[in-house]
Amino acid sequence: MSTVVLLLVTGLGLGALYFLVASGLSLIYGLMGVLNFAHGSFLTIAAFLGWEVGRRVSDGTWWGLALSAMVGLAVGAIVAAATEYLLIRRLYERHIEQALVTVGLSLATVALFEGIWGTDPIYTQKPEWLAQTTEILGAKIPNDRFLLIACALVVLGGIVLFLRRTRYGLIIRAGVENRSMVMALGIDVRRSFTIVFAIGGAAAGLGGVLASVYYGYVSAHLGSVLLIFAFIVTVIGGLGSLTGAAIASVLVAVLQQFANFYLGGTGDLVVVVALAAVLLVRPRGLMGKVA
Amino acid sequence: MNQQLTDAPAPARPSAPAPEASGRRPLVLAIGGVALVAALATLPLLAIEIPGVLPGPTYTPGTLQLLAYAMLIAALALSYRMMFGLAGLLSFGHALFFAAGAYGLGMTLNVFAPAEWSSGLVFAVSIGVTLVLGIVLAATVGALALRVTGISFAMVTLAFAQAGSVLIRRNPGSATGGDEGLSLDITNVPEGLVGVVNTRNLYWMALAVLVFVYLVVLWVERSRAGHVAEAARENELRVRVIGIRPYSVKLLIFIVASVLAAVAGMGYLLLQSGASPRIATADFTLTLLVIVVLGGVGYRWGAIVGGIVYTLLDQRLTALAGSDFIAGLPAVLRVPLSEPLFILGTLFILVVLFLPGGIAGIPQRIRSGRKQHPVEAEEATDA
Repeated sequence: MSTVVLLLVTGLGLGALYFLVASGLSLIYGLMGVLNFAHGSFLTIAAFLGWEVGRRVSDGTWWGLALSAMVGLAVGAIVAAATEYLLIRRLYERHIEQALVTVGLSLATVALFEGIWGTDPIYTQKPEWLAQTTEILGAKIPNDRFLLIACALVVLGGIVLFLRRTRYGLIIRAGVENRSMVMALGIDVRRSFTIVFAIGGAAAGLGGVLASVYYGYVSAHLGSVLLIFAFIVTVIGGLGSLTGAAIASVLVAVLQQFANFYLGGTGDLVVVVALAAVLLVRPRGLMGKVA
Repeated sequence: MNQQLTDAPAPARPSAPAPEASGRRPLVLAIGGVALVAALATLPLLAIEIPGVLPGPTYTPGTLQLLAYAMLIAALALSYRMMFGLAGLLSFGHALFFAAGAYGLGMTLNVFAPAEWSSGLVFAVSIGVTLVLGIVLAATVGALALRVTGISFAMVTLAFAQAGSVLIRRNPGSATGGDEGLSLDITNVPEGLVGVVNTRNLYWMALAVLVFVYLVVLWVERSRAGHVAEAARENELRVRVIGIRPYSVKLLIFIVASVLAAVAGMGYLLLQSGASPRIATADFTLTLLVIVVLGGVGYRWGAIVGGIVYTLLDQRLTALAGSDFIAGLPAVLRVPLSEPLFILGTLFILVVLFLPGGIAGIPQRIRSGRKQHPVEAEEATDA
């Protein structure tokens, strides 16, 4: 029993991380039809800069972590918005080329990060409480999982509130539904593109800082590893669906944890099989709209 | 979703050829091609030096090794272009089949060696086994992945490639060598293909692989299946309305391209006397995508030019990164310039933004004097 609880909560923690990356991917794809390969780089740069600022101010304390998270959010948002404004926007409506530009960006930035911070992982300090465990139903659960879950819930709530309660949220939701109609009504959807990128980037940036807590290190490849799973999550959840992304990230991560434990470390393979199965039964994903 | 493919007409169907020239043109091209292959084949016997591009004279093993590697990558890029450029299938899993060729042959040679057979027979049968393996793998992955289109297709292929990459790194039953890679067991490999002394044979083998892949690609593109695939790329609905199922044609193209990738992979194994897990990663497929787009998606020879230019650039930029000139620069310049992938990635972004036809599209652009990207039909849906 305690093993099941442990795997479940750990899976939820990992799922939280996936969600932070996948939410932005899904929104961006849903609104703009852009598959953003540079999303992992947003995460990595935010993780690195968050770590750089955090360790200079006060390493290994809550105050330092909070500052890292703030920096991560801001860096992710700014870098993502700049990417959209400088690169993606120039290729308006040419989806393959937009994806290609983000591919180039991700290759170039990962190389650049390696050049600046080196190829080896850099181990990070975290507040003492996060390194300890809490006992729930006999399972000793690392405390950082709770932080991840809480942050993902806050982000999910924030994005949902933004989409439901603000004018821009309304435009974005309408744009995902039917972009030409929104434009026909005289609304410039393109402005909301930058906002969606900034939101996605901010979530990924926060994800970057939290990933450095979860894994205990930052490296230039932090983003690329998470990005592949985030892609899988996005497709399983249904491209463009935020709820789908949330559900799928939990499903994928929990499945991965259980397979890793009970099926001898085959978590990655099981996830791929799950993706194939979902696409065969339901090509548009769990919550995706009809293509 | 393949708007950019439409603007660069393949040489096979030039927009306005002169009537009398169209009959003679294929002949001229064929003669030119044969002459080029012959020239390339004599390179190991000559001592041509191109400072800055090649590491040494063309007869030296180092240069031949580099050129052979470039040609194998060009062959791989050519097979990828057939899928992406001709059929419009944006796959992120092409590396899987390259790795399947390399690892498949390596593992078969390790495991499969009946004592009573001659080594030449074992080698030939191993190649056959690997090809069959490649076909089965390609048919399975293709049949599953082609049930979805567009971005979902890309994701499914990516997922399969990722699974393959994980498997290779996991090293099940120490068959793949894990992170250290697989080294080639040379007991049953023909002597002429082993060792630094025989690099020129390996070079000729790589050239043969490239020519073989080119001819197969040419044949497929000119065939009826190729035309259907091209039509389905442009407008799948119309093809369906005519009464053709694009699925089977796409699957055929997928399988042929994948098996060609496996052939290139086998060449890679022999050339490098081993395989590293790097060739199975998603990054490797992305590199292929970069090569194809860099060279020009609309042109067959674009993939070849892209493959060779990319490999040479990569090698020379790595050499440049370790040079004294770079080490003497201030950190702001030194760090980016010492990362070849950074330069290549930036170059790629610039090509996508400002040179949609790639390198192979430059002559066409100069001829037509077109500066802007043509106005394209606005179509947001995926293929």
